[in-house]
Amino acid sequence: MLRLRPLLGLTPFAVFVVLFLVIPTLVVVIGSLLDANNAPTLANLQALTDSSVLTAFRRSILLSASTAAVGAVVGGLLAHAVSTARPDGFLRRAVTAASGVLAQFGGVTLAFAFVATIGLQGLVTVFAKDNLGVDIFAGGVWLFQLPGLILVYAYFQIPLMVIVFLPALDGLRAQWREASDSLGGSTWQYWRHVGGPLLLPSFLGSALLLFANAFSAYATAAALVSQGAPIVPLQIRAALTSEVLLGRADLAKALALGMVVVVAVVMTAYALLQRRTSRWLQ
Amino acid sequence: MARTTVRVLSLIAAAAVAATVTACSPPASDSAAASTPAGSATSVADLGGMDALVTAAKAEGKLNVIALPPDWTNYAEVISTFESTYGITVSSAQPDASSADEITAAKQLAGQDTAPDVFDLSQSVTVANTDMFAPYKVATIGDVPDGLKDPNGKWTNDYGGYMSIGYDSATVPAPTTVADLMKPEYKGKVALNGDPTQAGAAFNGVMMASLASGGSADDVSPGVDFFSKLNKAGNFLPLDPTPATIESGQTPVVIDWDYLNAAESTKTGGLASWKVVVPKGAVVGGYYAQAINAQAPHPAAARLWQEFLYSDVGQNLWLKGGARPVRADAMITSGTIDKGLLAKLPAVSGTPVFLTPAQTDAAAATLNSTWAKAIA
Repeated sequence: MLRLRPLLGLTPFAVFVVLFLVIPTLVVVIGSLLDANNAPTLANLQALTDSSVLTAFRRSILLSASTAAVGAVVGGLLAHAVSTARPDGFLRRAVTAASGVLAQFGGVTLAFAFVATIGLQGLVTVFAKDNLGVDIFAGGVWLFQLPGLILVYAYFQIPLMVIVFLPALDGLRAQWREASDSLGGSTWQYWRHVGGPLLLPSFLGSALLLFANAFSAYATAAALVSQGAPIVPLQIRAALTSEVLLGRADLAKALALGMVVVVAVVMTAYALLQRRTSRWLQ
Repeated sequence: MARTTVRVLSLIAAAAVAATVTACSPPASDSAAASTPAGSATSVADLGGMDALVTAAKAEGKLNVIALPPDWTNYAEVISTFESTYGITVSSAQPDASSADEITAAKQLAGQDTAPDVFDLSQSVTVANTDMFAPYKVATIGDVPDGLKDPNGKWTNDYGGYMSIGYDSATVPAPTTVADLMKPEYKGKVALNGDPTQAGAAFNGVMMASLASGGSADDVSPGVDFFSKLNKAGNFLPLDPTPATIESGQTPVVIDWDYLNAAESTKTGGLASWKVVVPKGAVVGGYYAQAINAQAPHPAAARLWQEFLYSDVGQNLWLKGGARPVRADAMITSGTIDKGLLAKLPAVSGTPVFLTPAQTDAAAATLNSTWAKAIA
């Protein structure tokens, strides 16, 4: 009993994890192995090998990886610029405040903002067509397809990177740079041997967060894309709400299981990588 | 002391969570539907006539409906007329949900006061869920042709129409056939109302394209090929058309039910230059059905709603929305139909095709495996 006492304080967290993580995961895993009459079946998992499902997973991963890469690089550079600016200066305050808002500016509002700006009758689209003679949709209406999603997702990925990566940059001590300089190190040598290795784990961690953020994003895509369900969350919607193909709730659970597996694989790879990169810090 | 406080707090938190979980589960008692006389009534006679039904419904005072968009077949006016006639409040949930969502909501809310009382469903969802419905035959059911209703009264078709092409005559030339849409004048302009693997209207749109491209009710693939070519030509617009996209000019050509397309030019704020054509040689018809939730929390109001929808008033309201009411033939004979509204319906040439459930299933399976690739 005495040993259990310190654990008691963890109870709310444990209950939270069980209710919102463990139970839903179990529902998904078990549900994907049962058919409509609750008899065990592997048909749902087999349906995952259908070419349209595999394409959706490929596109989801491509979308998440590319927007995570763009977000990590652009957001990382922006965060670096901010971290070197004056701590109480205008640049820093403006960028961090804007990032805090924009990182949460997803969903239908974001989709609408893009439709109003560069949609078919958007402000920029119409201006470019009437005054510059440029039709940005000459090659097809890409805004409502995968390229559009990449552009729109970048809009919340970059600010999120600034928010999560800035604390790591702030952790770099000016003295380390001075030490490197006084020992004759160049800027390249400082980043290659000191700054880079120190930042790498948290950079990769932030990029992983961006990947997961894009991989699970639903509302923005749902508001923009209405044809063909190019990514997995939209396929889950299709399986749950279709009034043409009925009774596919089990397929939706199998698709969700597939998403869990993808995230688990990425997390494992990240853990292995981080163990390697942070070994010398211990 | 501090530690004790933490422990007490965590216990309270755990208890609160447990209480919430218990509260979330539905009550164990039987639903309202089975315990009242209205819940088992299969016709207005079972309740002692129309006046008794109205009294019982007024006593309930409420009707829950779901997935009824106000701009769909004049539903806004249907609901407001019902409310003002009987003094019953209609609470409309999730107007943009699909037919499948209605069934899901009814299952999830079963036994609760907010569960939907009535359903308005596409044909395939209706046939797949008959065990959810309470049998009820409206007074005017004799006017509904056999084949458009369940012999046991579990569901009855209510309104329907034909697949059509709506277009903004101010921006694009008038199409007369489906093949016209391949012309360069329609580049980036042709939208389909929904994804055909999800929405019934879009599904029938692909079927229309199939009939126009040498396919039949048994073979939807020529329709998929048509949209694939339309997409390669850059004419297909992968955007879900809504009244807003139509009015702002984002979707100048929309393939949809004729009653939904027709409503665009007549309603306030609609597009005056919007025209509707049912293409030659590719007439696909479809009906939507009404049914009562067997677990309806307001069983009398649900039955009164049915009587209202199939009355002359209700049927003429569909007509006003551009849909073809299911009792139209009988009402033409008896002279109760609004002839002015009837004359406004788009002209149709050729025999309409109505899909059987087997044909619907076959086409749905084909679309499931081919659609995403066709428009990728």
